[in-house]
Amino acid sequence: MPAIAARNLSFTYAGSDRPSIENITLSIEKDEFVVLTGPSGCGKTTLCRCLNGLIPNFYSGDLQGELEIDGISVKGKSTAELATHVGFVFQNPENQLFSLSVERDVAFGLENLGLPREEAVERVRWAMEATGILDLRNNAPYELSGGQQQRAAIAGVLAMRPSVIILDEPTSFLDPKSAVEIVGVIARLNRELHLTTLLVEHRLDIVSRHASRVIVMDKGQIALDGSPSEIFDERARLIGIGLPRVTMLFHLLRRDGFPLPKNPITVQQAADELGRFLGG
Amino acid sequence: MIKAERVCFNYPGGHEVLHEVSLEIKDGEFVAIMGENGAGKTTLVKMFNGLLKPTQGRVYLDGVDTHDRSVAQLSKDVGLIFQNPDHQLFAETVNEELAFSLRNFGFKEDVIQRRVARILKVLDLDRYEKSSPFILSGGERKRVALAAILVWDPRHVIMDEPTIGQDYLQKDRLRNFIVQLVSQGKSVVIVTHDVEFVAEGKPRVVLLSRGRIIADGPATKILTDHAIVEQASLTMPQIATLMKMVEGVSAPSEIIDVYSARDFLAGKLRETVQARTLSPER
Repeated sequence: MPAIAARNLSFTYAGSDRPSIENITLSIEKDEFVVLTGPSGCGKTTLCRCLNGLIPNFYSGDLQGELEIDGISVKGKSTAELATHVGFVFQNPENQLFSLSVERDVAFGLENLGLPREEAVERVRWAMEATGILDLRNNAPYELSGGQQQRAAIAGVLAMRPSVIILDEPTSFLDPKSAVEIVGVIARLNRELHLTTLLVEHRLDIVSRHASRVIVMDKGQIALDGSPSEIFDERARLIGIGLPRVTMLFHLLRRDGFPLPKNPITVQQAADELGRFLGG
Repeated sequence: MIKAERVCFNYPGGHEVLHEVSLEIKDGEFVAIMGENGAGKTTLVKMFNGLLKPTQGRVYLDGVDTHDRSVAQLSKDVGLIFQNPDHQLFAETVNEELAFSLRNFGFKEDVIQRRVARILKVLDLDRYEKSSPFILSGGERKRVALAAILVWDPRHVIMDEPTIGQDYLQKDRLRNFIVQLVSQGKSVVIVTHDVEFVAEGKPRVVLLSRGRIIADGPATKILTDHAIVEQASLTMPQIATLMKMVEGVSAPSEIIDVYSARDFLAGKLRETVQARTLSPER
């Protein structure tokens, strides 16, 4: 049973004359680390809003097709019911944190589940430990750095024990060092907790090395779908996605006629290939 | 010219956000202000259009102390585009959003429509002219917010995190547009975490850390200085890291973008190929 299964999913916002996503058919298996990318306005955010029930519960419009999470049809489910299946992390952690302490914030979603107190306390502790913020539990969110705030937002989602986590450009407000750290945390949670991960991101430089699969959307549809090295080719560049710089460099050098291998994803791979060529 | 002279800033009852920041930005200059979250970058640029006034020190805009002018007066000369477009957008359609300020400034309607049409085209928004800004995607709303400021043609343009939510083609377009503004003699200041965008546009980089300027110079120098990059919570551009890692080539440290790397490496690769063709053992 796939973690996410969509069949012919389409959505048109009220007041818009064209669909934002059109006939999306997609299956994501448990444990996968999927990066979802595409030009701005391609429908990434709309697709994510369908997955966690914000569409149709909070955004009105015309929704067609089928969508299942963990084998459960999303139709007619409230966003709250879905929250124990799908966790959602927003771009800007400041919009997700509002309590007086990190611990309260992480516990917020859980308080609505009606769990026994011991279990709730245990889960909050576990989520803070998994994201490396246990030491900060008594701090106010505004005392935290951007990267720590994003960890707290992720912990709040983890505490709900979802099987799928969706992150909508979670690094875009972070400085580069914190961005790399957060992507590392996400990749570790994916591996260790078998958490199916859908990461929406433009910055392919920092996420591609962790991705088992990249889905590129364009004009409301899925344009490319495969491993990073399979799909980071000319077509991806033409759609307008920002390939990792080293991948782009190899495209240019191959176009110049040098017989270099295709599509290195990491700086290390690119350095090794160039060293091999130059060393003979 | 924008000039900050030993600027300090404290929020009431809060800690010091900026400490003795001195900086001159000339007309026609492209400057990126970078640094860790909370370094004081946004606070600093809010001084440039008078939204915030220094608690100590002075900010001069074209020679006039910002203390002596209102935000409304300063805004005509300094366009500040906020990080979050939703703090700025309010009109029913994209066209009205852009025309609003021009009407306030008393422009004639035909001039307004000409200007609006031009800027929408430049920012790839013309197909949304009659749409509500609120049905657009995050990246598109961000460009509408940018257009709404640029349409009145301010002499200095300041953008807070302009590349967030923008795909590669839009970033390319933005970079070309900045080059155009700079060549018209405008100063363009961006606050950004986007190391790759800076590596390709190569502005002057001003690095802030904990409210102080810790480095100021060309992108090629600053982004390749490991110690400084580390201190400001940045990462080196991918290409700069690659050039240091490739064995057997001593690449000049100024290579931080794809195209200069391609030129340099193509030369090296060609030499290798030629040496192999000439060598009898091969």
